[in-house]
Amino acid sequence: MVEFTLPKNSKLTRGKFFKAPDGATNVRRFEVYRWDPDSGENPRIDAYEVDVGSCGPMVLDAIIKIKNEIDSTLTFRRSCREGVCGSCAMNVNGKNTLVCTKAIDEYKGTIKIFPLPHMAVVKDLVPDMTHFYAQYASIKPWMATQTPPPADSERLQSREDRAKLDGLYECVLCACCSTSCPSYWWNSERYLGPAILLQAYRWLVDSRDEGTGERLDELEDPFKLYRCHTIMNCTDTCPKGLNPAKAIAETKKLLVQRKLG
Amino acid sequence: MDYRSPISKARGLGSAKSGTEHWWMQRVTAAALIPLSFWLVMLLKLATTATYQETITWLASPFNAVVIALWILAVCFHAALGVQVVIEDYVSAEGAKIIAVWTCHLLFTAIAVAALFAVLQISLAG
Repeated sequence: MVEFTLPKNSKLTRGKFFKAPDGATNVRRFEVYRWDPDSGENPRIDAYEVDVGSCGPMVLDAIIKIKNEIDSTLTFRRSCREGVCGSCAMNVNGKNTLVCTKAIDEYKGTIKIFPLPHMAVVKDLVPDMTHFYAQYASIKPWMATQTPPPADSERLQSREDRAKLDGLYECVLCACCSTSCPSYWWNSERYLGPAILLQAYRWLVDSRDEGTGERLDELEDPFKLYRCHTIMNCTDTCPKGLNPAKAIAETKKLLVQRKLG
Repeated sequence: MDYRSPISKARGLGSAKSGTEHWWMQRVTAAALIPLSFWLVMLLKLATTATYQETITWLASPFNAVVIALWILAVCFHAALGVQVVIEDYVSAEGAKIIAVWTCHLLFTAIAVAALFAVLQISLAG
């Protein structure tokens, strides 16, 4: 639903300030969104001065340092710390990214860290991904076939057909793209969003899949697919350098081809 | 308390199995408007610089009248489709949305009919 102002209980307040320790050589200021569901208080912005001289190079390293050395109550998701798991997606200085692959040096001045935009917050930097994952499950992200698998080999695919999956299979479902999309902010109850539509296209172009028609039937909907207005925030923000906007455009082309081709 | 499962919510009422026509016609009318709009520019130029009689004479010629009529049809269709999308984007209350979409389509139909009638009248009288 469209919301142009924050609800009362989401209005930000100024939080605590943690000064850099004495002897710090290279101090950077981090402002982090904090919200504790148990406190009943509004979310606040805590400010941490971190000595990045004694810290790894990435924004995630600084967040881990804050939790380990400054404030153990800070809550966030992270796992692989190398851009493969998609857990540590956050909004840094106004742009969604995986903080494990984003260097502190890429930002000037204060680094402001927020949870992914327009998602319900579970705690601090942890958004509620339930609906996003349910939407992913709704597109049946597995191979649909009538032909039984060959008895003694894999389902074969030419090199050319395999190449069509490049730029699609790399998606780690971090939701940076979907949560940067205004259409997804306003209509996420029905619009699938760029991440799920890119995944849907990954199965549409897979030469081994036999369910293309049914998949297109499921996608052909004014809200599920056609809320995409080619805003391109998805492609701009993708931390893996993928192009969800193109995948959506290709899906629309397939639907036109089916009608007129 | 809401006991519906996340999957049930995500699936919702399922696919409407439409939308392609709407999206495609918006592109078709947009492409059509590129050449057609030259005639609108000519008409606007005459209307603002030439005399009333000169403008009427230009518009009364069958070719110009037909092209301007096509422009009116294309632009009203394009606008109705576009405004409908804006309404669907921003109005989430089901009743208000349906009434707003109706109003939008009726309004652009009325504009198109009125404009076509004007062109026809000028063309037949001229």
